[in-house]
Amino acid sequence: MEFGFTTAAYVVAAVLFILSLGGLSGQESAKRAVWYGIVGMALAVFATLIGPGAGLWWLSVPLIAAGGIIGYQLASKVEMTQMPELVAGMHALVGLAAVFVGYNAHFEIGNAAVAVAAGGDAVKDLGNFGQLLAKKSSVELGILLVELSLGVWIGAVTFTGSIIAYGKLSGKVTSKATKLPGGHMLNAAAAAISLLCLIWYLNTGGIVPLLILTAAALFIGYHLIMGIGGADMPVVVSMLNSYSGWAAAAIGFSLGNDLLIVVGALVGSSGAILSYIMCKAMNRSFISVILGGFGGTTGPAMEVEGEQIAIEADGVAQALDEADSVIIIPGYGMAVAQAQQNVAELTRRLRAKGKNVRFAIHPVAGRLPGHMNVLLAEAKVPYDIVMEMDEINEDFPDTDVAIVIGSNDIVNPAAQEDPNSPIAGMPVLECWKAKQVFVSKRGQGTGYSGIENPLFFKENTRMFYGDAKDSIAKLLTMID
Amino acid sequence: MTPDSALQLQKLGYECLIETGAGSAAGFTDAAYEEAGVTVVKTPAALWKEADIVAKVRQPNDTELKRLTKGKTLISFFNPGGNEKGMEAAKAKGANVIAMEMVPRISRAQKMDALSSMANIAGYRAVIEAGNNYGRFFTGQITAAGKVPPAKVLVVGAGVAGLAAIGAAVSLGAIVYAFDVRPEVAEQVESMGAEFVYLDFEEEQQDGAATGGYAAVSSPEFREAQLAKFREIAPDMDIVITTALIPNRPAPKLWLEDMVQAMKRGSVIVDLAAERGGNVEGTVADDKVVTDNGVTIIGYTDFPSRMASQASTLYATNIRHMMTDLTPEKDGQINHDMEDDVIRGATVTYEGDITFPPPPPKVQAIAAQKKPEVKELTPEEKRAAEVAAFKAQTKQQVTLLAVGAALLLGVGLVAPASFMQHFIVFVLAVFVGFQVIWNVSHSLHTPLMAVTNAISSIIILGAVMQIGSGSFLVILLAALSVFMAGINIFGGFLVTRRMLAMFQKS
Repeated sequence: MEFGFTTAAYVVAAVLFILSLGGLSGQESAKRAVWYGIVGMALAVFATLIGPGAGLWWLSVPLIAAGGIIGYQLASKVEMTQMPELVAGMHALVGLAAVFVGYNAHFEIGNAAVAVAAGGDAVKDLGNFGQLLAKKSSVELGILLVELSLGVWIGAVTFTGSIIAYGKLSGKVTSKATKLPGGHMLNAAAAAISLLCLIWYLNTGGIVPLLILTAAALFIGYHLIMGIGGADMPVVVSMLNSYSGWAAAAIGFSLGNDLLIVVGALVGSSGAILSYIMCKAMNRSFISVILGGFGGTTGPAMEVEGEQIAIEADGVAQALDEADSVIIIPGYGMAVAQAQQNVAELTRRLRAKGKNVRFAIHPVAGRLPGHMNVLLAEAKVPYDIVMEMDEINEDFPDTDVAIVIGSNDIVNPAAQEDPNSPIAGMPVLECWKAKQVFVSKRGQGTGYSGIENPLFFKENTRMFYGDAKDSIAKLLTMID
Repeated sequence: MTPDSALQLQKLGYECLIETGAGSAAGFTDAAYEEAGVTVVKTPAALWKEADIVAKVRQPNDTELKRLTKGKTLISFFNPGGNEKGMEAAKAKGANVIAMEMVPRISRAQKMDALSSMANIAGYRAVIEAGNNYGRFFTGQITAAGKVPPAKVLVVGAGVAGLAAIGAAVSLGAIVYAFDVRPEVAEQVESMGAEFVYLDFEEEQQDGAATGGYAAVSSPEFREAQLAKFREIAPDMDIVITTALIPNRPAPKLWLEDMVQAMKRGSVIVDLAAERGGNVEGTVADDKVVTDNGVTIIGYTDFPSRMASQASTLYATNIRHMMTDLTPEKDGQINHDMEDDVIRGATVTYEGDITFPPPPPKVQAIAAQKKPEVKELTPEEKRAAEVAAFKAQTKQQVTLLAVGAALLLGVGLVAPASFMQHFIVFVLAVFVGFQVIWNVSHSLHTPLMAVTNAISSIIILGAVMQIGSGSFLVILLAALSVFMAGINIFGGFLVTRRMLAMFQKS
């Protein structure tokens, strides 16, 4: 009876999870969707706890509660600008949990084998999972070992990869793409070692090959993400998200738990689609992002001619005063300077004067998919004036003023004009078609990717140097 | 120098001096200068002695050249192409001379391009002079006293002066036609509100960028076609303004005697090229003549001086920009950087050497001729493309399905039934995941990541199931997993809630 109840609960939970993801198609339904997810999770955990096999309630429940308290603390304290780090860090936890669960399964297999050999009551003393194992045939056990090592492997890659991603996003590790000598050969070697260990493990079932396999996977996770530059972080984070899902699915196979498989597959495909969307937004193949750095260019980049002309706040204020339509293009610089509140205030004031103010969001703006939307939402910018690139790109020629705040590559005209540019062909926001462009930027340097931006040299572009937050604050004093 | 620009120059760290009465013709009194912190010097001689950098308008005369000394910098119009003697004199004195007409035509140097400033004034003034001599309205009117037709204005040569003339004439209400040998300027002409006069003539046009943005000499055939066109429209035109110049050549004759004859009595021609011989047959430089058939031909060459205040303001700003580029440190010390394209190009003598003509600038910055635009697709072609795309999509989908099914069958052949059970669930879940996630709105990608992160801690189920096992090591690892997954569940969902609560509609 109990087993049946657990399965039924799993089905309901799986449906709830699917609804939860599907509900994210709109801002309003999303608020309901989270509750689906929460209820689904509660149901799944509850059913497992009262289900067969789970023991030691006194240990599980306090641990979940303790984890919950820490999670609550983390979630309520985190700044919206630090969201990328938080998400990356949490992936590491899932990855590590997957590794541990995989190892447990390995030990259980050992225990089960011993018990089967002992015969009789020894099998009954095993947990539910152990009993399941004891009944398996040798082919099934072989498959189990493959699934298990796959789960451990992906989990380990996710773990170190996420930690490095966390470090890069929070600035604790250099955001430049760095590689150990040997580059991708090292990764290939580690992957080959993993494969050999897998075969070894299948034949012997010992712990040594599993340990080596884990070490190789940990190394791959570390080295792979170290080799990817900071500008590609949106892809990396969604990729790790995907990995954590696949790890859960692989563990689900080895434990024979359908809910784990379903949810793992959902998360895995979600991450994969996000990575794909991000890659497409940068006009790069997934492979080239994973292999790190920008692809080889075919010739020298176009010479940039002209000069960057600076402007002071009063000039910008005057232009804004005269403008009827304004488009603001935020980028990572806005997040770094924590300028979103000031930007939102500016938007409110301009809108109060009857001006048409909108935001243009490039898919890869920021360090996380949808990063800018979250920041603007935090600052209470209404989401119906926040547009996607495809929605707004055609409107630039009719726009009086475009304000670029801390973004660079996503507004780089070289992507369209210079076939030799490293970002050639990447879809960009065509802000230079607006009558006037103001660029709020800290200094004259190039951006994250180190590519010169001809936008800054265009005749209708004025550079509004300074920290984005201070600059906008100065602007606010002149607009009422 | 104007009082305004003097203030700016002082910000660069310079001390400013001016000859007494220098600004009076342009409406700037000595008192205004003194108020701006400028020292007014009584005589030119004293001024030349006092100042390290002398900025003036006209080409320096012999006395002034004699006043140059080593290390002094002179900024002025110099006509280096026809002023061999002047250059020699400056060289002998060891002075540095910057000729304002030699500022290269690149976008960075536009702010100090005095020729453009002066051409702008000339174009505007040409229309005013024409209006002054034209006995009718520019704009068409229907009044109680009868109907007045609008004036028809033809502007030949759509350079800076031509465009300025077009702008002024259009805003006075005239119907304006414009012609230029460079077809790429048609867009600019039309943007100013004039109609571009096209020739029925096929010729490989020279790229405007190759000649530094100036017009080049055209072929005899082209010239014939051009004159024929002018002959055809001459009787209709009330006012003709010619601005055609080719660098370092006499002005081309474009409006011939017979065209002047064909024009109506009372028509006006303004020839802005009079200084170089004129575009019109019959132009007298610096004078106004009326032909036998009553057409007024104006050949003034001093248009900027006729608008002294405006000209001074613009020229002063040009000079100030030049000074800004010469003083990158803003410390009042001139840094004559011969590596800089603009400064190198404008310098004609430097430290006892004649540096004219300058080498071509390192970068060309004038827009290249437009590439042919992508042809608009006809509806049929569009439909065909759509059908083709749909077919390709179907084909791709079917292939994917076939490959996927084959793979599944292949797995099914070898794997045991218990595995297949789970495998089918897995494949279906992946499929559902793909279908669902594509619909997620772009702006919700961050919440999506947070929520998937939260639910990926479903791994807790595995740990909870294992925690009941007997072995201590297993319990320890499982407990750790439960703990970590617990953090993740609560953290992930809470963060998502926080984020979503912030999204609000206006």
